[in-house]
This record gives sequence, structure tokens and C-alpha cells, in this order.
Amino acid sequence: MRWLVEVHVALRQGISDPEGQTIGSALRSLGYGSVGNVRTGKLIRVPFEAEDSATAEAVVAEMCQRLLANPVMETASWDLRADEQQGAEEAVPS
Amino acid sequence: MTMVTARPRVAIVVFPGTWSERDFAHVASEVLGWEHRLVWHLEADLGACDAVVLPGGFAHGDHLRTGAIARFSPIMAAVTAFAAAGGPVIGSCNGFQILTEAGMLPGALMRNDHLEFRCDWQWLRVERPESAPAWLGELADGELIRLPVSHGEGRYVADPATLDELEASGRVVLRYADATGALAAEANPNGSERSIAGIVNAAGNVLGLMPHPERAAEAEVGGTDGLRIFRSLERWLQHRPASAERRL
Repeated sequence: MRWLVEVHVALRQGISDPEGQTIGSALRSLGYGSVGNVRTGKLIRVPFEAEDSATAEAVVAEMCQRLLANPVMETASWDLRADEQQGAEEAVPS
Repeated sequence: MTMVTARPRVAIVVFPGTWSERDFAHVASEVLGWEHRLVWHLEADLGACDAVVLPGGFAHGDHLRTGAIARFSPIMAAVTAFAAAGGPVIGSCNGFQILTEAGMLPGALMRNDHLEFRCDWQWLRVERPESAPAWLGELADGELIRLPVSHGEGRYVADPATLDELEASGRVVLRYADATGALAAEANPNGSERSIAGIVNAAGNVLGLMPHPERAAEAEVGGTDGLRIFRSLERWLQHRPASAERRL
């Protein structure tokens, strides 16, 4: 069956995020004075096929470990769900 | 006894988006009189060579992370095998990023702390050159050299234990410095941890550095300190121990 995973790649704690800092100061300069420590990351959406949810979870973990995140400076978490619309994601105009 | 080739043969790996391979090729053939071959990333074989160059650029568009896709290019299996057999490998700029992604060197290279692309001449302090005899054998501990840097993602990061281990084992071989050799924050062009500009693997044959030695190989372009890295290789190849002779 088809699955859709949204992988969130975040910088590890302690890894400085100059882009996040720049965004934070831009927000504060726009008047959002309460904005704290902004952190950036990536969202990677991957449609794929797997037999069952356990297999799908294992495949996602492997994708993250092999390619999607670099453990030196990143962590990955994800939301996995059955892709009931089967390919509709790809058809959505950007 | 194996005959040592008079003219070093260098394999220069080209990924889609690599941009420094012609500069390396020019230096190899026109300045040094070496033989060279440009090796497309889809090839499986490096051919007969004495050293491998991973040049700078934007392999695979730097998509996902710098070097993240290049690491899986077919030629990388041959590069890994060449390095494992003791063959000298140098990765400059994007090549350094690829070496870290491939796990051939520790750490990672991230966006410059000031978020700008930096293209300038840079002073570098040489440390423990004996840790990378094939590449830095002609340089002295503590001496200053000047090479161009040209990158947006050169901030070297690793966890503190890895940084400590690299320093303790003499594997940090180049640091960003000012003209006096001091490691001032202003002299660090990208915010690299501990001003690290270049490191070598434990075996001493794989060197990764953000600067571009191939852009400092002729006086006409502003400096020749980069040439000394290639002369080091030349000399090392002439005197290399039998165990390190090419086995591919």
C-alpha cells in the first residue's frame, strides 16, 4: 500500500543556526518583540510503497539514516500516514 | 621493486556541478607536467592513477546538503577503495564536503556563520604537516600560507569529543589565521569550530580542506603556496614506502 511521510530535519541542539538567528532578528525588528531562539529545518515529503506500517516505519528510518539527515549536525523526526489519495499529492499544482 | 612513475598521474573526479576540475587539470598538466584524467562520476573505475582529486563546485547542485548526493555517485566506491588502500586523496571545498558526507573524514561543513558567500585570499596556519605526509610534506609546522577560499558552506562542525580527538592526534593540519598567524575570530571566514580549515584522516592519506590550492599555483594569479601542496605529493610519490605503492 501507499504511504506518505513528512520528514522533519532539525539541527541538533548546540549547532548554531545563523539563518534562524537572522530570521529571529528580522521578526523582532518587525515588532514581534517576544520572539526567542528561532531554529530552521527542512520538511521533506516522500510518497512511497510498503506492505504494512511496521515496514513503512523501518523504511523511513533507513531513508533518514542513509540520506535525509546527517547525524553529525541534524536529527530527523517524521509523521507517517497511509496515502489514501494515492498520487494526488503529486498532482497538486505548486 | 616497483618502478615509480616519473610523471604523477592524477584522477580528477567530476560530478554534475563540479567547477574546479579545469583549474586542477590546468595546474596538473601545464604547471606541473603531470598526467591527469577527468573521471565522470558515473564511471566505476579511476583508471591507473597515483592520487585522486575531488575538486570544488556544487556537486548535484548541493541539494539536500553539500556532498550528500555526490556521496552515492558510482565513482565514490572506487575513491573509497583507493583511499582504503593508502592512496592519496585530496578534497578541496566541495570535495571536502563530499569526503565528510561519505564518512571518509569526520565532521560536517555548514552554512557560513555570516550567511554570505566568501571569495577571498586567506591566511592559513599549517599544523602537524607530518600527519599528512603525501600532501603537506614540504610544509613546516607553524608556517603561514595564503590560499583563496570560495564558499558559502565552509563552517566546520563536529562534536567536542571529535574536535578534541582531531587536535590530540594532530589531524587538524590547517587553521584560518590572520597575517601574523593568530587565530582571531575576524580571521575565520566562516565561523568554523576552532578555526579548522583542513583535516586529515587517521591514516594520513585523505586530506580535506576548504581553501583552493589549485587557484594558487602560479605567480600570475597572486600566489604559489598551493603549488607546494602538489610538490609535496610529487616528492612523496618518489619516496613513498613500498607498502603505499599503487595497488589498483
